[in-house]
Amino acid sequence: MSRRAGVEDLLRELAPQVLGALVRRYGHFDTCEDAVQEALLAAATQWPDQGVPESPRGWLITVASRRLTDQLRSEVARRRRETTAATLAPVDQAVVPAPGDEHPPDQDDTLTLLFLCCHPALSPPSQVALTLRAVGGLTTSQIARAFLVPEATMAQRISRAKQRIITTGIGFQMPSAAERAERLRVVLHVLYLIFNEGYTATSGPQLHRGELTSEAIRLARAVHRLLPDDGEVSGLLALMLLTDARRPARTLPDGTLVPLAEQDRGRWNRESIREGVALITKALARARIGPYQLQAAIAAIHDEAPRAEDTDWREILALYNLLERVSPNPMVTLNHAVARAMVHGPQAGLELLETLDADDRLASHHRLDAVRAHLLEMAGDHAAARTHYQQAARRTTSLPEQRYLQARAARLSGDQ
Amino acid sequence: MKYMLLIYDNPDTREVFFGEKGAELMAEVDAIMEELTESGELVGGEALADASTTRTVRVRDGVPAITDGPFAEAKEQMGGYLIVECESPERATEIAARWPNARFCAMEVRAIMDTAGTEM
Repeated sequence: MSRRAGVEDLLRELAPQVLGALVRRYGHFDTCEDAVQEALLAAATQWPDQGVPESPRGWLITVASRRLTDQLRSEVARRRRETTAATLAPVDQAVVPAPGDEHPPDQDDTLTLLFLCCHPALSPPSQVALTLRAVGGLTTSQIARAFLVPEATMAQRISRAKQRIITTGIGFQMPSAAERAERLRVVLHVLYLIFNEGYTATSGPQLHRGELTSEAIRLARAVHRLLPDDGEVSGLLALMLLTDARRPARTLPDGTLVPLAEQDRGRWNRESIREGVALITKALARARIGPYQLQAAIAAIHDEAPRAEDTDWREILALYNLLERVSPNPMVTLNHAVARAMVHGPQAGLELLETLDADDRLASHHRLDAVRAHLLEMAGDHAAARTHYQQAARRTTSLPEQRYLQARAARLSGDQ
Repeated sequence: MKYMLLIYDNPDTREVFFGEKGAELMAEVDAIMEELTESGELVGGEALADASTTRTVRVRDGVPAITDGPFAEAKEQMGGYLIVECESPERATEIAARWPNARFCAMEVRAIMDTAGTEM
């Protein structure tokens, strides 16, 4: 690992701790967050050449505190000029960090920060952007590149999120025991969104976007370290690892999508599979069952089959039956239909799909057409399959999916 | 999901913007732009020069033919565009419906293709 990459990893890990220490002491989440970003930037330019200081965390807290004091001072001065009110609290004691801050904190602030950034009062795009910056330590420009929007757009989302935190009076504290489960569910969903944004990106010019996958895994690992007994946290981390393990095989170098059944399983990441399977096995044995654990268990069965035809579809079908009960939604039903077709034949799958035709959320969705086409193809009705592949290709807004679906349709046009 | 909102106009509607109602209409447009900037939904957008300044290029058998004027012999021409990133097509449609051209001419909402794709 190069020195620069080593420094970057260290900074990203320290970012939430430094921010937590500052907010805990001074309040002003928005100003603290800016100050920490500046301190991270200073470290990223200085440390690779000048070496990492003896206490990197202490260094960052000192530098960030100084920036914060400067900012608060000029803010106070500005307000004095404007209102001549001299009643604002003095900020001079904020210059030097207390000696205790040179040591790792007793309590890791990462989780508190995650709860703050993923507060339900913020919109999902704001939650995602703020989490990546304040907890992930990414710069606004990195986040903007990953989401393919101009930096100004992303900066606006972040500042809007911070503004909302101020106006809603959301404090820097752990949610109460009563609301904790629900709030953790939002945090996990935000991490899942970040993962998916990166995972669906193909390689090549989209590389920045793909890094979101490893960032989501890194953050999920951090949450897992802090809450090792939470089954859904383990389930989400396992799901990410088991899904990401297939990444090397899911696209060809030109970006063409390869369906699960046709992937070169020799290219799957064995280490991620081993870790994911161990995590989910342990969670299922001990914790209360939840949707991430069930999805991870399904991913594990796929990943453990040496060949596509060895897949234990009966087990997968049983898990989809459970998932449909725990967390019913049309996307689950769609996958459930595939599993049912693999066990009981295509007709059984097609019957389940019919229940989705009346669902507004999915009726004109390309995935419904794509799955129907696939099951019709299994059933030997190639003309109908072709029509639905073409319909799906017209409806998708993903270029690689469109290419894949058109190829499937073209393959069927020859044998009629 | 990103959407392009195509702003359509014709010579008459374009003139409305320069007429006595012009300032009022521009204020409407400014208010929408400010809202979209503030919400972090605005990705980009530009106004296009008058359709009469268009040049259409066709290459046939390797020979380029350039003509003045727009490609389609339509009464309405594209006059500009916005790119927004919204949570739903309904939200994109709502923005389009508020743009003044929706009243005078039309707005088109088109989803933008993505290079990402899910496992099939």
